[in-house]
Amino acid sequence: MSTLLLVTLLLPLVGGGVVAALPTGRQALAKQLTLGISLVVLVLTLVLAVRFDPGGERFQYTSSYSWIESFGVSFALGVDGIAVVLIALIGVLVPIVVAASWNEEPPGKRSMQVFFAWLLVLETMMIGVFAATDIFLFYVFFEVMLVPMYFLIGSFGGPRRQYAAVKFFLYSLFGGLIMLASVIGLYVVSNNQLGQGTFAFADLLALEIDSTTQRWLFLGFFIAFAIKAPLVPFHTWLPDAGAEAPIGGSVLLVGVLDKVGTFGFLRYCLPLFPDASKFFAPLALVLSVVGIIYGALLAMGQSDMKRLVAYTSIAHFGFIGLGVFAFTSQAGTGAVLYMVNHGISTGALFLIVGILIDRGGSRLIGDYGGLAKIAPVLGGAFLIAALSSLALPGTNSFVSEFLVLLGSYTTQPVFAIIGTAGVILAALYILLMYQRTMHGPPNPRLAKVRDLDKRELAVLGPLIALIIVLGVYPKPILDIITPAVEATMSDLGVTDPVPTVADAEATRD
Amino acid sequence: MIDSPSVSYTGLSPVLFVLGAALVGVLVEAFVPRAYRWGVQLGVALAGTLGALISVILIAGRNELTLSRAVAVDGPALFIEGTLALLGVLSLLLLAERSPDMGGSAFVAQAAVPVGTVRDRQLATQTYSQTEVFPLATFALAGMMIFAASNNLLVMFVALEVLSLPLYLMAGLARRRRLLSQEAALKYFLLGAFTSAFFLYGLALLYGYAGTVDLRGIFDQAAGSEKSDALFVIGLAFLVVGLLFKAGVAPFHAWTPDVYQGAPTSVTAFMASCTKVAAFGAIIRVLYVGFGNNDWTWRPVLYGVAIVTLVVGSVLALTQTDVKRMLAYSSIAHAGFILTGTIANSPAGLSSTLFYLLTYGLTTVGAFAVVMLVRDADGEAGHLSQWAGLAKRSPLVAAVFSLFLLALAGIPLTSGFTGKFVVFRAGLEAGAAPLVVIALVASAIAAFFYLRVIVLMYFSEPAADGPTVAVPGLLTTISLAIATAATVLLGVAPGAVLDLADRAALFVG
Repeated sequence: MSTLLLVTLLLPLVGGGVVAALPTGRQALAKQLTLGISLVVLVLTLVLAVRFDPGGERFQYTSSYSWIESFGVSFALGVDGIAVVLIALIGVLVPIVVAASWNEEPPGKRSMQVFFAWLLVLETMMIGVFAATDIFLFYVFFEVMLVPMYFLIGSFGGPRRQYAAVKFFLYSLFGGLIMLASVIGLYVVSNNQLGQGTFAFADLLALEIDSTTQRWLFLGFFIAFAIKAPLVPFHTWLPDAGAEAPIGGSVLLVGVLDKVGTFGFLRYCLPLFPDASKFFAPLALVLSVVGIIYGALLAMGQSDMKRLVAYTSIAHFGFIGLGVFAFTSQAGTGAVLYMVNHGISTGALFLIVGILIDRGGSRLIGDYGGLAKIAPVLGGAFLIAALSSLALPGTNSFVSEFLVLLGSYTTQPVFAIIGTAGVILAALYILLMYQRTMHGPPNPRLAKVRDLDKRELAVLGPLIALIIVLGVYPKPILDIITPAVEATMSDLGVTDPVPTVADAEATRD
Repeated sequence: MIDSPSVSYTGLSPVLFVLGAALVGVLVEAFVPRAYRWGVQLGVALAGTLGALISVILIAGRNELTLSRAVAVDGPALFIEGTLALLGVLSLLLLAERSPDMGGSAFVAQAAVPVGTVRDRQLATQTYSQTEVFPLATFALAGMMIFAASNNLLVMFVALEVLSLPLYLMAGLARRRRLLSQEAALKYFLLGAFTSAFFLYGLALLYGYAGTVDLRGIFDQAAGSEKSDALFVIGLAFLVVGLLFKAGVAPFHAWTPDVYQGAPTSVTAFMASCTKVAAFGAIIRVLYVGFGNNDWTWRPVLYGVAIVTLVVGSVLALTQTDVKRMLAYSSIAHAGFILTGTIANSPAGLSSTLFYLLTYGLTTVGAFAVVMLVRDADGEAGHLSQWAGLAKRSPLVAAVFSLFLLALAGIPLTSGFTGKFVVFRAGLEAGAAPLVVIALVASAIAAFFYLRVIVLMYFSEPAADGPTVAVPGLLTTISLAIATAATVLLGVAPGAVLDLADRAALFVG
């Protein structure tokens, strides 16, 4: 039993309660308190990641408390290599979001204190969804997570925030309810096979489910995660929610919340329903590859910067889906690394777009131009984030995208080749946006735009450093991810195909 | 000579307490001076219901048939009686609330005075009020308790009338919007009388078939009988129509929105919670005890009825603009969810139904209590547009109402989710997967109209001439506090109550 994970989980919730309970008017204190708590959580998540033993047990820092005995539900926590890096990503992104939202002016006369309180509550929910090892508990976090995000979008978002918030909530809730049917179905199956129903992930892994049941249960989980990720055609809520959410909300929505979908594929769909996963893999691969191309094409057509970034994410989630459903440990490792890198680079991109919108007062690309001359540091930061988003070698995303394509080529060459075309499209949509906003004739309206200030540098600095460091030296993260992905692949019962080139070389000697 | 039946006064004590309170209430109305009547009536009614609640707790675990097998004292009967007593206490506190209305009471002093006459206008401006609503409510409550506990169809019919007649009257007692209230009362009375006739006719046919009105007797007669099933099936059908009407199940739901809207809100709270509990208590006893061995006759029908109810309730609720009508349609949808568990015809089906009734009742009383508080110059502000921006004016009331709405929508960590979970589990275990999926889709649809109210309260700007929120009086505060605490508690830590429902899930005889 380790309480470190439990403390990491509960600290933001308690903090959120304290921030909400502060007397109104103490906005400055609320901000400082939120930043302080999120920094402590950052330290805790980093400790979790550093002390995680890649060669040890699959689930570490486990703890379990009986919760609802008559359902066999326990409050069971534990992280594998995949979850621990995603939790570290949350730890990194939340303080950055807090700092980025420091001077935000909420619509109406709403209090930013409420914003920060919801943000901390959201952090607990996000950590919980990755740390739960009981499927019931996972489901609870999966659904409750919607509430703080709903209020963040609905109360603090852009002009069409009501529409976006409700659409986001209903899409996710619908998927969640379909998943609930499968969750209960799993319980019923476990009840029939073990004599006592359980939701514990480890026990459910041991079930022998017949393939018809597997397919139905798989679909329940798959639809929920495909909406969450989102894969085409379940994606339409993302551009609305991503564009209307406050910038901090967008970063967490796209950077972390959506990862729950792809994380769910890897953690729940593949190990629990191996036969069904293989049966539905072609469908998932088609949706992923369509997402890569379709998301990229739609991104190119956007004139709104926030929507553009949201659409690029749909393309990126296609890559992650390709990596997950290619069923090789290389592609799987690439997909997990992609989740982390996407959180960093898209987070940076959203923050920079947010700064741009703050300066220029418009979300439209056409209202900008020539900014690199006026604000060179902003331009430079934008360029690095953009290059990371298009996966230029030397940036973090290159490693993961390359791993995904390399790993999937061995089992799914056709899909891998089509996916590679997405790389080219990514260069187009990102560089076009960069060119139109940063180069060309300067827009006279923006002549007096100031460059990044110290706070904004502090916000973007860590992300840009991570983009470069992880691009050059991703090994520490890969070391943590690889055993977990290999365990998943062995649950699935697949072994990596032996590269044929190596055979040829061996015979030549 | 007929021997007088043996009476187990201990087993009947919950009913006797409430019935006693009702009879004393009549005497109080006749003999106590007007100045003291309100206090004395409230004291008597509360003493009766609390006494019933305590005696249920003390005699929990008893199993017997008393009064010549006419009334059962068993787990389900006591659970329902306890639930009714608890909900009765909360409803009585609302019925007794005097502070929000300047008239001193939500009830008209002389319901027989025609609307629009001089006397009527005099009444509207006077602070003079009557207290006959207390004995009426306690009579209805006693009827409900016997209704759910009767092991004999004839006694069940008498109980049905005892619970219905006071409710017809109470529905017409509104002090404001009297025409609407009188229309509601008349409609409820006419349709109620009609279905009572159905019930009686079904009873007669079943007597013709089985030669007895005892539920167990019918069960035994139907087992391995060579007789034609015609009387049996038609009789059951008529009986079930009568019961489904009281439970507000589609297609017998048409009265629900009008009556819920027209009746004084405190009476609506009483009807929505207690009547539903009693009706489902009776439905499940009749079906399981009397017809459990012949579930081919009723399961397919109720399967279809459940689907119709879910669709009608959740889809029609989408179009409502009045908060009470919306809650009425929501109560229809909830009847569908309860049926999902009921049709399982298993101990799990029984315990899940009992648990759901408790959670639903508590949340519903709370929700209507909030509706009582939001008022403008004309009384309660029923139209949803008047609720816009409520969170700015009274954040606490808005937060409490949001909690109830989230619970009704079935979001995890609220009682509504636990309730949905148990009924869906019972349904899935009984092989009703398609019904469960439809129920899940219906919950997604239902979530939309609950969310719409949250959107209005939180994300919309308040209307300039919007309603004020009355400061809840002490009685309403107590009622709201209990309902809120229960909604959270049964969501976060439902273990003890779930165990209780599991242990109660055994019929006597």
